[in-house]
Amino acid sequence: MNAFTKWLAVAATSLAASAVLAKDVNLLNVSYDPTRELYVDFNRAFAEHWQKTEKQKVNISQSHGGAGKQARAVIDGLAADVVTLALAYDIDAIHEEAGLIPKDWQSRLPHNSSPYTSTIVFLVRKGNPKNVKDWDDLVKSDIQVITPNPKTSGGARWNYLAAWAFAKKKLGSDEKAREFVAQLYKNVPVLDSGARGSLTTFAQRGIGDVFLSWENEAFLAGKEFGEGAFEIVVPSLSILAEPPVTIVDKNVDKHGTRKVAQAYLEFLYSKTGQDIAGKHFYRPRDPEIAAKYASQFIKVDLITIDDEFGGWQKAQKEHFNDGGVFDQIYKPGN
Amino acid sequence: MSRRPSVIPGFGLSLGCAAFYASLIVFIPLAVLFAKAFTLTWAEFWKTVLDPQAIASYRLSLGAAFVGALINLCFGFVVAWVLVRYQFFGKRIIDALVDLPFALPTAVAGIALTALYAPQGWIGQWLTPLGIKVAYTPLGVIVALTFIGLPFVVRTVQPVLEELEKEIEEAAASLGANRWHTFRRILFPALLPALLTGFALSFARAVGEYGSVIFIAGNMPFRTEITPLLIVTKLEQYNYAGAAALAVVLLVFSFILLLLINLLQHWSAKRAGG
Repeated sequence: MNAFTKWLAVAATSLAASAVLAKDVNLLNVSYDPTRELYVDFNRAFAEHWQKTEKQKVNISQSHGGAGKQARAVIDGLAADVVTLALAYDIDAIHEEAGLIPKDWQSRLPHNSSPYTSTIVFLVRKGNPKNVKDWDDLVKSDIQVITPNPKTSGGARWNYLAAWAFAKKKLGSDEKAREFVAQLYKNVPVLDSGARGSLTTFAQRGIGDVFLSWENEAFLAGKEFGEGAFEIVVPSLSILAEPPVTIVDKNVDKHGTRKVAQAYLEFLYSKTGQDIAGKHFYRPRDPEIAAKYASQFIKVDLITIDDEFGGWQKAQKEHFNDGGVFDQIYKPGN
Repeated sequence: MSRRPSVIPGFGLSLGCAAFYASLIVFIPLAVLFAKAFTLTWAEFWKTVLDPQAIASYRLSLGAAFVGALINLCFGFVVAWVLVRYQFFGKRIIDALVDLPFALPTAVAGIALTALYAPQGWIGQWLTPLGIKVAYTPLGVIVALTFIGLPFVVRTVQPVLEELEKEIEEAAASLGANRWHTFRRILFPALLPALLTGFALSFARAVGEYGSVIFIAGNMPFRTEITPLLIVTKLEQYNYAGAAALAVVLLVFSFILLLLINLLQHWSAKRAGG
């Protein structure tokens, strides 16, 4: 009997202790590759903010990888509280394949749930020896273009669609745009499976004249390989890349983290969050912060995927799924 | 039927453990793979696996794996021979180096090989003027698959060579056989089963290889695109069943090849014994 009460007492204290521990809250942010540095900074800022306002410690874990791989991990049960991925298509898949989030997820936060944006620019070698100015130059016969395979890389899909949008605007029809894009891919000597691999091919192996890149990656490449090794060329028209974010409803309800997860994503839209985005070469949405970083980003005409291609689902199906336009470009005899 | 009690106890228990473990680690995952592939209708399955792009990729994956395994068969044998028969400075280091492809993350190997064989790379810059392109061609795929397969041949042949006593060769020589004769009639038949096993393991390992190849291959559809990359491509489209279908094809190819080699081995062992 005595032993039993003792055991009860121990159990009670340990329960109380775990209740105290449970006051700490854990978040898992599943993201894609180029946001690693951004979220290291942002998580620190948010943890401070949450400590100050809610008097609660929040531990945030990050997971990075190719956007498609990351989405698959969440579908297969990686217990992400929030996902911050490269394409709306990947988050749509989490809705469709696993039902972890509602269909209308993208309307739950401002600006299509994309707190920051980016675009596609050209990275060329020092002095721009081939004098590349715009998309037209990429289809010339003596140019080699480095871009990853859009079938395996989210970033490469933005590259492809930006080229398509330019050609359609300039040449007037889908038919002409298709010829243009086919010609462009004839100039691609290596199709890496992801953006970082392509950057290695271009920067370290010295292959190709132009590298199609996320804007923030282009800036990073400048830093990484020494200022002046490369130049950024901004084409006359590009695409507004909107990497979206959302909470994973079923997971946050299970973990009891809805409130903090929601606050985490909203904090991305705060002045602090927007400033961190700008610092990491993402274009902030907030007009005031955007003005602060205006000199860093060159003005460019940006089309959106919704206006130009009718959304990601449609674009994916037409262009990148098996048998789509990209596969047709590579049919033998073409 | 009464069972004769075994000399060593615990057969039933250990067989049970072995069967359970093998099921958990090998059989069940493979069964799930098949199950996933056959959520497709027959028409869809055949359309996926007979797509011209898929067929081009089998040709590359299986062809390059075969050539890589052949190269390993020759040079793996030489390496094993040198390691067993000669004493020299640094032998232990070379012996340890052989295992490196086992331990290295294959992506690291891929990046290192690409750096060497790219047109501006250490080796590539000498080959390019001769008109030999390695990186971003099928040749590059062969290089990567040779690299990852080397330890298999060496490590299967080495112990057999060690057991073959030098006296056998001396006896053959004293009976008037020249060196070539000794090799062909005495050594080769004894080594053949081990060589075939090494070849098969090297081949099977290379068929599914991904990490080391995608960097050096260039991944151009119909030319340098391996089947594992197409499988990943399907996964990127959330097409799990399509990916499983291609995986089943690779699995069946490898299985048939392993079976053939096992038969061959059986036959050669019997012939050598008789």
